Amino acid sequence: MAKITLNINKKDYQLEADPQMPLLWAIRDLAGLKGTKYGCGVAQCGACVVHLDGEAVRSCVTKVSRATGKKVVTIEGLSETNSHPVQKAWQEVDVPQCGYCHSGQIMSAAVLLREKPNPTDQDIDDAMAGNICRCGTYLRIREAIHKAAEMQKKAPVKG
Amino acid sequence: MNNDKNALDRRSFLKASLLSGGGLMLSVSWLSSFKSADKAEALNLPDQWSQLNGYIQITSDNKIRLICPNPEFGQNVMTSLPMIVAEELDADWKNVVVEMGPHDPVKLGAQFTGGSNSVRMYWKPLREAGAAARQMLREAAAQTWNVPVGEVTTKAGVLLHSSGKSAKYGEMASKAASVPVPKDLKLKSPKEFTVVRKSKKNVEVQKITSGKPLFGLDYSVDGMLIAMIQHPPAFGMKLKSFDAAETLKMSGIKEVFSLKLYEDGFEQGGFDTRSFNDLLVVVGSSTWHVMEARKKLVANWEPAGDQKDTMGGRNGKREVTVPGALESTLIQMQQMQEYAAKPSQQLRKDGDPENAFKNAAQVIERTYNGPFLAHNCMEPMNFFAHVTEEKALLAGPLQAPGWAEPTLAKLLNLPPERIEIQMTRMGGGFGRRAYAHYLSEAALISRKVKAPVKLMYTREDDMTYGIYRPMYTATYRAALDANKNLIAFHVKGGGIPEHPIHANRFPAGAVDNYLAEGWQIPSNITIGAFRAPRSNFNAAAEQSFLDEVAEAAGKDPIEFRLELLKRAKENPVGKNNEYEPDRYAGVLKLVRDKSNWGKPGNEKYHRGVAAYFCHNSYAAHVVDMVTRDGQPYVDRVYSAMDCGIVINPDAATNMVQGAVVDGIGNSFYGELTFKDGVPQKNNFSNYRMIRINEVPKSIEVHFVENDLDPTGLGEPPFPPVFGAVANAMYKLKGKRYYNQPFRDELEKTI
Repeated sequence: MAKITLNINKKDYQLEADPQMPLLWAIRDLAGLKGTKYGCGVAQCGACVVHLDGEAVRSCVTKVSRATGKKVVTIEGLSETNSHPVQKAWQEVDVPQCGYCHSGQIMSAAVLLREKPNPTDQDIDDAMAGNICRCGTYLRIREAIHKAAEMQKKAPVKG
Repeated sequence: MNNDKNALDRRSFLKASLLSGGGLMLSVSWLSSFKSADKAEALNLPDQWSQLNGYIQITSDNKIRLICPNPEFGQNVMTSLPMIVAEELDADWKNVVVEMGPHDPVKLGAQFTGGSNSVRMYWKPLREAGAAARQMLREAAAQTWNVPVGEVTTKAGVLLHSSGKSAKYGEMASKAASVPVPKDLKLKSPKEFTVVRKSKKNVEVQKITSGKPLFGLDYSVDGMLIAMIQHPPAFGMKLKSFDAAETLKMSGIKEVFSLKLYEDGFEQGGFDTRSFNDLLVVVGSSTWHVMEARKKLVANWEPAGDQKDTMGGRNGKREVTVPGALESTLIQMQQMQEYAAKPSQQLRKDGDPENAFKNAAQVIERTYNGPFLAHNCMEPMNFFAHVTEEKALLAGPLQAPGWAEPTLAKLLNLPPERIEIQMTRMGGGFGRRAYAHYLSEAALISRKVKAPVKLMYTREDDMTYGIYRPMYTATYRAALDANKNLIAFHVKGGGIPEHPIHANRFPAGAVDNYLAEGWQIPSNITIGAFRAPRSNFNAAAEQSFLDEVAEAAGKDPIEFRLELLKRAKENPVGKNNEYEPDRYAGVLKLVRDKSNWGKPGNEKYHRGVAAYFCHNSYAAHVVDMVTRDGQPYVDRVYSAMDCGIVINPDAATNMVQGAVVDGIGNSFYGELTFKDGVPQKNNFSNYRMIRINEVPKSIEVHFVENDLDPTGLGEPPFPPVFGAVANAMYKLKGKRYYNQPFRDELEKTI
């Protein structure tokens, strides 16, 4: 066990953690932020995707030690008012069914849109193929990402 | 259900009470199909009124809170059920707040999510609840304004009178609570609907997109411990001994112990299925510590041998032998072939099928196989429990709290009123969470460690401790006469450990000579409901077979089915045919028209069609496949559904699209095999799930428009997808696909 500081959603958390502990469990169990989900533990389903210095990482296989000194953003911190274009598009298209995978889907989509502001279907498929939705909402995920791209053009995301 | 409906028509039993702080709370009772005689007695209700419901709360400041009775697992019932109440209440949907109710069968009814039954079961009682409340509000306004109640109207949550007087519901709510509950309720005609049939957003979408703790795994209380179970590595094994010394040395670990789930002779209900009875439990302070410490356990397992289970239920107590063999898929397949050759149980017979087959000009015989399937809900099984000597609090993802509670009461020796069950949003269910062994496990663990505990399955636990879709096979035979007319139909189906046959479904009723038979092989591999149980195999097999028979008869596959359905309507064969031929034909015609079936313009597609009736609704799909990067790919799908009135059209469309994707995924990839009792897949790295790059570009969903009472939608669109995909694959590859998953067969040919 070691004392570590994690910066999650612009806030510093002083945590006692085994450096080997995956970031996922530090976020969920130690910081108490439950939006990031456990799905497989082996980087196959994408339910645990968070941003580490702006990059999408699978927190279930990312050691907590790798996140120290970096900025972690989880679904709770993607926007202050649930208003990131991807969140808004998800709401407008009414994407979720059970909803469990969508924290990870949204976090993956947000990085895609920053890197490719006008993604094609192929870009979306390539970027989102690591995120499983067992309910099968994939067509709406595509639609929502296109919609978010439109929204982003009208009101660019800051920072 | 007909009797239930009549009973409801005859009498309604409604109760109103004041909310603390003023306002109206309305409860309505209705006859549930799941009777609970003891509860009815306790309430001193007439026999047929077994349950009371409480759905509506209106505060004096005009907030309308609607309570959703049924657990939510993605079928959007938290939105659709309150919409039904709001419709008859004539509430302004903007002022409505929805909350998930606790397990409270007295107020909220059966609370069962499964069998595509939520909307179907609650349609009438929820309308009555809404209509009664509206009538009481009108009465309260009439008394206040001193006008005849007949002159008081409502519009979107406002009471109105021709004199110009108006009041929001909240202003009259307190008074309405003291108005006698109306006996005769006038429900709206579908023409008058303003909420139902208008798409409403998922009431929890904002919480989902912002990562609010909605799910069982998110539920947490101070001082909560984490528990995991090490289950045997193979079905047919049990715990012999263990050494936890290394585990106990690990940081954060509190206790390691073994525990029996059911004591010998415990009378199991139908949904008390559990794979392993001896639990080896690790309890600690955090998820990661328990996961790591569990790896250090030294556990010795031994073959369990034949086990006796005691089953309770309607037919009284009976002993069942669970065979102890360590099963392997290859051997199971041989066994199935042997059983298929033996005489089996006759399930239905019309005419003289033996003779018809003997005299046929052509006989077509094909055998179809389907593997065990794991549900793979995105949120693995888990439950929170805090059990003391006096009471039990449980919270987590669960489809049927009403079935879990009696089991818990027996296991904990607590009366039901001391057991509180809260239903969290479920990260998927698909039937898996109707089997609440994990809730009982959590409860026993909490009692043992005397602390609040969250029992959690890892993905590997979840996939290898399954209540799987059974392994199935079916052989179909069709007899054609010299004019290519279908004169006899025979299906003989079997499974491990149950057969898939629905003997009274199409084409029963449409063929003069018909025979359905079933057989089953006992197994220690635990099985249960999986999205549209049995249908999910039958529709694949039967709809592929009918495609082949239509081809042999030289007919278009849709026209061929429509001719049979015409026969079933005009001159039905036999009794107890479950489907309505007109509605079945209706979805086929709709999908034919919407997909431009048989019309020019679709040449680049390899098209397959299938239709099916199950869970009281009708579904048909046309699947359009192309070859992409050398692989078969479903590019486009047209779906037609008849589920009566569609409560929430956009959400219903979402559900059908999801079912189509699920069907494509499972028909191509879904499979769990066993070797010496060991499940051969344990995570998404080896159990292939359909991903976004493999789904169609479009899934166009159409609903038959009618004013029939609504039926379910969670399951019905799923089964025929398999058949439509198989039929499109035939067009694409020139080869029929008889064995799921199709990917395996495909790869043999590459």
